[in-house]
Amino acid sequence: MPDGLCYAIETEGLTKKFADFTAVDGVCLRIPKGSVFGLLGPNGSGKSTTIRMLCCVLTPTSGKGTVMGMDIQKNPEGIKQNLGYMSQRFSLYEDLTVEENLDFYGGIYGLSKDIRDERKKELITMANLSGKEKSLAGTLSGGWKQRLALGCALIHKPKLLILDEPTAGVDPVSRRVFWEIIHSLSKQGITILVTTHYMDEAESCDIVSFIFDGKIINTASPEDIIKSEGAKNLEDIFIKYVERITNTKVSSAFAGVKFLNEESNE
Amino acid sequence: MNNSLFDIKRFKSIIKKEFIQVRRDPVSLRLPLVMPIIFMLLFGYAVTTEVDNISTVVFDQSMTQDSRDYVEKFIVSDYFTVNYYVNSEGEMIDLIDSGKAKAGLVIPSDFSIKLKTGKSPKTQLIIDGTDPTTARTAMNSGIIISEQYSRTYKETSLKMLGVSAAALPSTEINVRVWYNPGLESRKFTIPALVGLILQNITVMLTAFALVREKERSTIEQLIVTPVRPVELILGKLVPYIIIGCVSFLFALSLCVFWFSVGIEGNLLLLLVLGFLFVFCSLSIGMLISTFARNQLQAMMSMVLVILPSILLSGFIFPREAMPAAINFLGYLIPLTYFLDIIRGIVLKGIGAGYLLNDIFALCIFTFVILSISVLRFKKSLD
Ligand SMILES: Nc1ncnc2c1ncn2[C@@H]1O[C@H](COP(=O)(O)OP(=O)(O)OP(=O)(O)O)[C@@H](O)[C@H]1O
Ligand SMILES: [Mg+2]
Repeated sequence: MPDGLCYAIETEGLTKKFADFTAVDGVCLRIPKGSVFGLLGPNGSGKSTTIRMLCCVLTPTSGKGTVMGMDIQKNPEGIKQNLGYMSQRFSLYEDLTVEENLDFYGGIYGLSKDIRDERKKELITMANLSGKEKSLAGTLSGGWKQRLALGCALIHKPKLLILDEPTAGVDPVSRRVFWEIIHSLSKQGITILVTTHYMDEAESCDIVSFIFDGKIINTASPEDIIKSEGAKNLEDIFIKYVERITNTKVSSAFAGVKFLNEESNE
Repeated sequence: MNNSLFDIKRFKSIIKKEFIQVRRDPVSLRLPLVMPIIFMLLFGYAVTTEVDNISTVVFDQSMTQDSRDYVEKFIVSDYFTVNYYVNSEGEMIDLIDSGKAKAGLVIPSDFSIKLKTGKSPKTQLIIDGTDPTTARTAMNSGIIISEQYSRTYKETSLKMLGVSAAALPSTEINVRVWYNPGLESRKFTIPALVGLILQNITVMLTAFALVREKERSTIEQLIVTPVRPVELILGKLVPYIIIGCVSFLFALSLCVFWFSVGIEGNLLLLLVLGFLFVFCSLSIGMLISTFARNQLQAMMSMVLVILPSILLSGFIFPREAMPAAINFLGYLIPLTYFLDIIRGIVLKGIGAGYLLNDIFALCIFTFVILSISVLRFKKSLD
């Protein structure tokens, strides 16, 4: 990407309609180079759809977007050379081993055998996959699978990494391991766009953006948002936003939910 | 890193990955061997249009040496097996109605007397026409047998009168059947079966090639890589070309060694054209794969390809007999051309010169279908 650029991703009124349903509605995003950017929002708010447009997997209905200085509609193949992507569903080959998956993606990105072997070694160490090289990807447990997917997304040393709910279904320890990797990648200068439903994870992002019903409602650093809304943490803010938009009260604690259920059982 | 339109490293990666997946998939490995065996044994024995030993009931009202000679002619022909002799028309009708007999031969009581007094007796052959093939065989062979009988009878009578039959002029037709002198339907069916099996296996294997990626959502990951549709589609075909060819060789050896249908023509030519056909069928499967969203849709599309190809390609029913419109549909099916090729080479032993049209058609089909698949495969989930 041209080095003068300060945003890895920029969008203007990015919109996606499925038939007459608008999944993403005029999204404007500016993701600074080298940052860890969290895209947050309830289920069905349009996070994955936005991401898919940025990865050139879906074509926008209207609006513009540039990724690493390249237009998402005019130069998708150029973007793909420098993009690492982990989709929401585990999408590696379950009937291939860990090593074979890495090999395959290495080849697909046109890496020569020497470079591929070297990258494979690095990534297996980085993603804590040692000892599982010969296991079929399908037999790995959740956390391992996600780290393998991350490894495959990084094989070609992309400058931009887009992760769609990388820690869904992953235990608390593995989640921390995963986020340590994310931050170490960020230190190497890689820009990271990540979605998550875990607000504790989101708090470690440099910038977060809340998206509801396909619209961005706020973008700022987690500290700024927490301060300006006078809330305890991002989780409270998430709930506050949902309450404001849907005009309903959300139980603030899970203990309260349990109490309500017990009452109604009696 | 490069952005070229065809990159050999990416192509090789796809091939390697497909090989690994095929190797770990028990179905892909067994289908090419199991299917020829099952299909060839089933179809090879079931699809036979030869009818002999038609169960016959005889109602002989004459009960003379002459009538017995007459019936004997039917028996030795091998077309008729006389299973019942009855003494009334009612019994005969009953046997035919119940399906125990497919033909009934009625000999009038004056059979012998008429012959001896120089008149022509009238016998009757009743045929169960529900199955036209059996009925036609029974009818034709019945007429021939009866004519032969009367000719020999005439000749012997003339001889007794002192006239030699040879003295009377007559035309004689000398019929020679080429390519399949025994008129064995096996020779017509088995080579065609090799073609049909080849088509089915290759279409089946590749129809799932891309669908599997769609169902397991690995396609999304592929789309965000720089891989090109041509690399992906051709790369996916390579392992199946090999499987298809192995399967072809296997089916062909069953044809030669099990069914003893020898190859009259050039084996090398047959192999080369067989591989061309494998390639063509693989592209059909690949095309299905680009259309279908899931395995169910792929299966249904496969039936849409396979069924017409059995009926319209001339595999069982001669295309000459079809109405022009249906006959034309046959030209849209690659198997039609390959049947021409394989029957031509195996039975008639003809060379490539006679098959140019078919070869040309197969090449066109392959090219067009593959191009459509590559163009249809958009790198997008829209
Ligand atoms: N291919 C599609 N066709 C029709 N509607 C779709 C399609 N893909 C997504 N949608 C709809 O668009 C909306 C946004 O979906 P999206 O997957 O982007 O949400 P999300 O924010 O990623 O949700 P989650 O947190 O559950 O992953 C949803 O209502 C979804 O049903
Ligand atoms: Mg999503």
